[in-house]
Amino acid sequence: MAFLASSRAQPQGATGVLVLADGTIVWGRGFGATGSAVGEVCFNTAMTGYQEVMTDPSYAAQIVTFTFPHIGNVGTNDEDFESRVEGAVGCVVREDVTLQSNFRSQAEFVEWMAKQGKIGISGVDTRALTRRIRLTGAPNAVIAHDPRGKFDLDALLGRAQEWPGLEGMDLAQSVSREHQEDWDGGYWRLGHGYDAAEREGKPHVVAMDFGSKDNIFRNLVKAGARVTVVPAKTSLDDIMALAPDGVFLSNGPGDPAATGEYAVPVIKALLEKDMPLFGICLGHQMLALAAGAKTTKMHQGHRGANHPVQRVGESWGETRDLVEITSMNHGFAVDGDTLPDGVEQTHVSLFDGSNCGIAVSGKKAFGVQYHPEASPGPQDSFYLFEKFVGMLG
Amino acid sequence: MPKRTDISSILVIGAGPIIIGQACEFDYSGTQAIKALKEDGYRVILVNSNPATIMTDPEFADATYIEPITPAIVAKIIAKERPDALLPTMGGQTALNCALALDADGTLEKYGVEMIGAKADVIDKAENRMRFREAMDGIGLESARSGVAHTMAEAYEILERTGLPSIIRPSFTMGGTGGGVAYNKAEFERIVKSGLDASPTTEVLIEESLLGWKEYEMEVVRDKADNCIIICSIENVDPMGVHTGDSITVAPALTLTDKEYQIMRNASIACLREIGVETGGSNVQFAVNPKDGRLIVIEMNPRVSRSSALASKATGFPIARVAAKLAVGYTLDEITNEITGATPASFEPTIDYVVTKIPRFAFEKFKGADNHLSTAMKSVGEVMAIGRNIKESMQKALRGLETGLDGFNRVPELEGKSREIITAALSQATPERILNIAQAFREGFTVEEVQAITFYDPWFLRHIEEIIYEERMIGAEGLPNNAYDLRRLKAMGFSDKRLATLAVRSVGVAGGMGETQAKRSGLLHDALRAMAGATSEEEVRKLRQKLGVLPVYKRIDSCAAEFEAITPYMYSTYEAPSFGEPENEAWPSDREKVVILGGGPNRIGQGIEFDYCCVHACFALAEAGYETIMVNCNPETVSTDYDTSDRLYFEPLTAEDVLEILRVEHSRGTLKGVIVQFGGQTPLKLASALEEAGIPILGTSPDAIDLAEDRERFAKLVNKLKLKQPENGIAYSGDEALAVAHRIGYPVLLRPSYVLGGRAMEIVDGDAQLINYINTAVEVSGDSPVLVDQYLRDAVECDVDALCDGEDVVIAGVMQHIEEAGVHSGDSACSLPPYSLPQDIIDEMERQADALARALKVRGLMNIQFAVKDGEVYLIEVNPRASRTVPFVAKASGSQIAKIAARVMAGEMLADLPKIRRELDWVAVKEAVFPFARFPGSDPVLTPEMKSTGEVMGIDSTFAKAYTKAQIGEGSLLPKSGTVFVSVKDSDKPQIVEPVKQLVEMGMKVIATGGTATYLAEQGLPVERVNKVAEGRPHIVDKISDGEVALVFNTTEGWQSHKDSQSIRASALEMKVPYYTTAAASAAAALAIALVNADELEVRSLQDYYG
Repeated sequence: MAFLASSRAQPQGATGVLVLADGTIVWGRGFGATGSAVGEVCFNTAMTGYQEVMTDPSYAAQIVTFTFPHIGNVGTNDEDFESRVEGAVGCVVREDVTLQSNFRSQAEFVEWMAKQGKIGISGVDTRALTRRIRLTGAPNAVIAHDPRGKFDLDALLGRAQEWPGLEGMDLAQSVSREHQEDWDGGYWRLGHGYDAAEREGKPHVVAMDFGSKDNIFRNLVKAGARVTVVPAKTSLDDIMALAPDGVFLSNGPGDPAATGEYAVPVIKALLEKDMPLFGICLGHQMLALAAGAKTTKMHQGHRGANHPVQRVGESWGETRDLVEITSMNHGFAVDGDTLPDGVEQTHVSLFDGSNCGIAVSGKKAFGVQYHPEASPGPQDSFYLFEKFVGMLG
Repeated sequence: MPKRTDISSILVIGAGPIIIGQACEFDYSGTQAIKALKEDGYRVILVNSNPATIMTDPEFADATYIEPITPAIVAKIIAKERPDALLPTMGGQTALNCALALDADGTLEKYGVEMIGAKADVIDKAENRMRFREAMDGIGLESARSGVAHTMAEAYEILERTGLPSIIRPSFTMGGTGGGVAYNKAEFERIVKSGLDASPTTEVLIEESLLGWKEYEMEVVRDKADNCIIICSIENVDPMGVHTGDSITVAPALTLTDKEYQIMRNASIACLREIGVETGGSNVQFAVNPKDGRLIVIEMNPRVSRSSALASKATGFPIARVAAKLAVGYTLDEITNEITGATPASFEPTIDYVVTKIPRFAFEKFKGADNHLSTAMKSVGEVMAIGRNIKESMQKALRGLETGLDGFNRVPELEGKSREIITAALSQATPERILNIAQAFREGFTVEEVQAITFYDPWFLRHIEEIIYEERMIGAEGLPNNAYDLRRLKAMGFSDKRLATLAVRSVGVAGGMGETQAKRSGLLHDALRAMAGATSEEEVRKLRQKLGVLPVYKRIDSCAAEFEAITPYMYSTYEAPSFGEPENEAWPSDREKVVILGGGPNRIGQGIEFDYCCVHACFALAEAGYETIMVNCNPETVSTDYDTSDRLYFEPLTAEDVLEILRVEHSRGTLKGVIVQFGGQTPLKLASALEEAGIPILGTSPDAIDLAEDRERFAKLVNKLKLKQPENGIAYSGDEALAVAHRIGYPVLLRPSYVLGGRAMEIVDGDAQLINYINTAVEVSGDSPVLVDQYLRDAVECDVDALCDGEDVVIAGVMQHIEEAGVHSGDSACSLPPYSLPQDIIDEMERQADALARALKVRGLMNIQFAVKDGEVYLIEVNPRASRTVPFVAKASGSQIAKIAARVMAGEMLADLPKIRRELDWVAVKEAVFPFARFPGSDPVLTPEMKSTGEVMGIDSTFAKAYTKAQIGEGSLLPKSGTVFVSVKDSDKPQIVEPVKQLVEMGMKVIATGGTATYLAEQGLPVERVNKVAEGRPHIVDKISDGEVALVFNTTEGWQSHKDSQSIRASALEMKVPYYTTAAASAAAALAIALVNADELEVRSLQDYYG
């Protein structure tokens, strides 16, 4: 089907614009921060958890199209951050954001976006945009907001076209911690907030931060671990100096091949040392690279909170074939056909059969493509944290 | 895990008649389940007493039993069919309760029948309040403070813990019958008593009040491998305290953070696991404290429900179909999501729109009934609407309700009223509350103020307030004359009609001069239009078209566009041209197409029977090679199932919404025409708008339909055909009424042209009575005349259904009513074939039907009502369209008359279509089912105003047996012994002698009030006199209340005697004593008691009858 040519003619009241690298102009009303930002336009089909999505570092250099039309209903709060680094650069929504209504809210979404330096545009047919992404792939674009509605479309277009795109881009460094951190947050409970982490006498997990979501560490703590988070480029020696019982490889943005250039050798060495390893998303992809598999850029990526993942392979025993409903956010994937001997596929996507989990035979090393830490999304896969912590010590 | 091969035949129990709390959603779920099981090669046996269902069409199940759903009858079906398994989760509470009884009495064990879908213990654990609560405690889910009482003393002990207000819920009742909210001790005592009575286990749960808390529902599906998925979350806009069936609800939940939503998701799944629902769909309800998020589990239903039908329609995920597949052993990952055709059913649907459901009520039918909404469900239907935002979704729902609303119409009763009056109105949970809220904003209330009174979440209130703000702007400035602003208004869901009303107000003519008046004076009108933008719906439409503000259609795909959807299931919305023209996903085909307009929300008088006809039209026209396009907005129905038609538009049935669909469908392929005659009054009302727009209407012309409904035009036709109508006239004064009565001759039936309930209608026998009526009962004036009709006392009423193709006429069935003329035909029991009419009378009715069909140039279906008195046939009314009787005639005769009619409408001739079977060696009796028990304070008497919600059919070899089955199916177990109470009006006395004699011969004791006792004694019958209520105690109501009466025959005439006897009927209803309010029905009941031993009734499948 053909997309009708979009118009450069600026409609009445347009204070926001999304300029795609192919020249398509998407007009809307701007909110949040003013100015412009470049990134890849992706979509997310989750109906809850926009604050968590916007603060997920895996969305670095991305502009999120929310398919659910009402965003901002529950405002924002100090608890629902998934990181304090830059996540998504902006978002595109169907409806103008209205005032919040939720007892947990501390700030309106619009103000929060401005404070976080993120640009939003509303009044866009996000379904049409999503269909376009599905059919033609995730485009590079510039999102811009000017309350007076003044835009230099040619400059914006030029910037979108000049941006190299996510393929080959190592974004992990830009969102990774600069310094080592003793993680001290526990799990969230309604009415209590986050528990404090107990550190004494717990198995020690060193978590490599490639742009990690905080809920991963909270879940590791809940499963009984003591967590030390280290920057993406931490050396093998520095990791070993921390005397880990296991190493966690976090999620993060960008191309695993690019980040893998410095991280994969470390992971390979850890594998050789029989260090227990657990990778999520980008961490999973780099574990696969370290074990000898390949990764690819996906046509449209998987982003939502309703993705079915099936357990496959012999190791599951009775729970083989069980389906986990998962939160996903990835535009690259491990190519399941390239798994070498000794690497077992443990999970696959029931949507497209793509690889969603691996385990390295004879090692305590496994990874999943999806987000077992949820936040947002279903919590069906929390067991993985217990499984990992159970392997330690 | 593939399907089970150790079972090969499965018994499915349906939900029986349509009643409040169990409507056609169970036909939808049952039909899906049967199709799903048949696909897998299972032999399916179905029992359902409701002939108006699609599921009981003989081509669906292998053996279809239209028999009463009682354990005794179903046990006979089991003995005969020997099914391997029983699926009890598709037929609502009726099926669950029946299955539990069959388990408890050992029938299932005796015949080796396995319950699939839900085991008996699981059902009990979910529905037994105490066990459920213990189970929830066990998994750490909080329940409200509560206790279970079996006696009033226990209830008072619990009250000390819960405090007032407290909520009372009886165990094992559907739709919360007998429950309620008690604010004081007197109410507490009354509700606990009615709850204990209503519960089959004499058990009520008394709970702390969570009034004002937010209410949510989660639709969960689980398979035997323990895969659990949430299909849909539903948020009630009406907070706790109103039954979810009576609440305005939206999907998905809109005011939860992800953390809260995941708590609820985990709790829902934990609940299913703990209760042990191994396979299928369940619904879990929660209350959430808006102040701190504290979550409380309210209840769960271990079966498909009204909410699961809503969730299915809201997301496109067919819960019942999937639940049936899971019950026979499949796992979710083995089932395909048919909407996408590419992904498995093991995922959670995600939606990119907002769904609103608004219930529809029928309080106007039940004078004296309390219209306050509480925990016992009272609505009779619902509308669902889909929009890209909450405003559009809500405003579409409001106009889809068909209660005269175009959106948030103003509430004149509250206009300019004091804050106290408005506050009082807001504090009442009534069907009008949502409109009162909008009015309160017009009157200057703030969101915070309205929230404090109503406990509606401020998020919803703000959107309503914004709508009212926009209304005020239009009211001040008229309609915008640019596309951007007009589109912005349309995207908020404003209908063209509402915009016209608001625009007219902007020129200040609302007070003195209305739209019509303005139109009459041409110049003035032009000026008005220039100022307001538009003054009528039509002008708004033209303005929109001029500015290019048109809706687009989006698809319901269960995945928010992440995958291509192969199923054309659509809704309209207005999108801004943010990049190019707004994308329209309708993509009409190049085929020859027929559009079928559905019936909208269920209401009394227009329910499942019409949906049945629409569905058959779809099936028949698809068979004939047309593309079928369905438009409807009722989520309970089979017609809104995505695989009933080729294309489905889930849209309100208004001229605006339908014309826009037709514009798009017209743009490609050939629009053969639209069928408006199958969905009841709803689509018929659109006929003129469609004709004006040049849309071809298939079948009988709307003009012929109008002719039949227009008193004057119809009288001319009747004269021309030399047929006989009861004499009638219209009177604008007392003198005129006397004159008309004298011309017609007494008795006459008097009623005001605006009927105000039973009191306003009276049969009078002479001048004195007539004058009394005119002076006391009504006001007669030029504005409110009185209609005077010849009253055919004791006439027999008949329905005749016929088909005509313009050349040939075929009679489909002649039905003889049990109740005499004067009772609404929808409320009357009837027999096919007639059980006591001579053949020459039947022939004469058929001759007249033939003549009328030709004269009206009917193409399709026609229904005629006759009254027969003293060997004369009188024509009462003609409806040249599908009528309520169509499915009954189809089931009774084994002929697909709706399908044949649809093909005739598309141009085929009767001679080329299947023949109608007329020679039957069995009898089918239809009986109506009433909701009186839901409306305490209303009088359960039959009048010309229809009050029944549904129907059952009894079919057997003789009239008496079929009638007995119909009575059992309706819920009246005819007694074999005990005492019959008889009190009949004078004119009925001769007719009642024979029935009473029959009962005496059966050994029953007879008691009667004064006049009737004397008369019966004179006829030599043993009778004991009992006091009327006015004659002192103990009187008849005391005896009924004490359980001393097993059967009541009570007929009345005149509103005084009617009023005097109301307490008799009310107490009979309360004590569940079978009662008959006409002589004819009393006679039929006596006949059935005398001739039929219910224990010896046999069961036979339709397939066996039809041969």
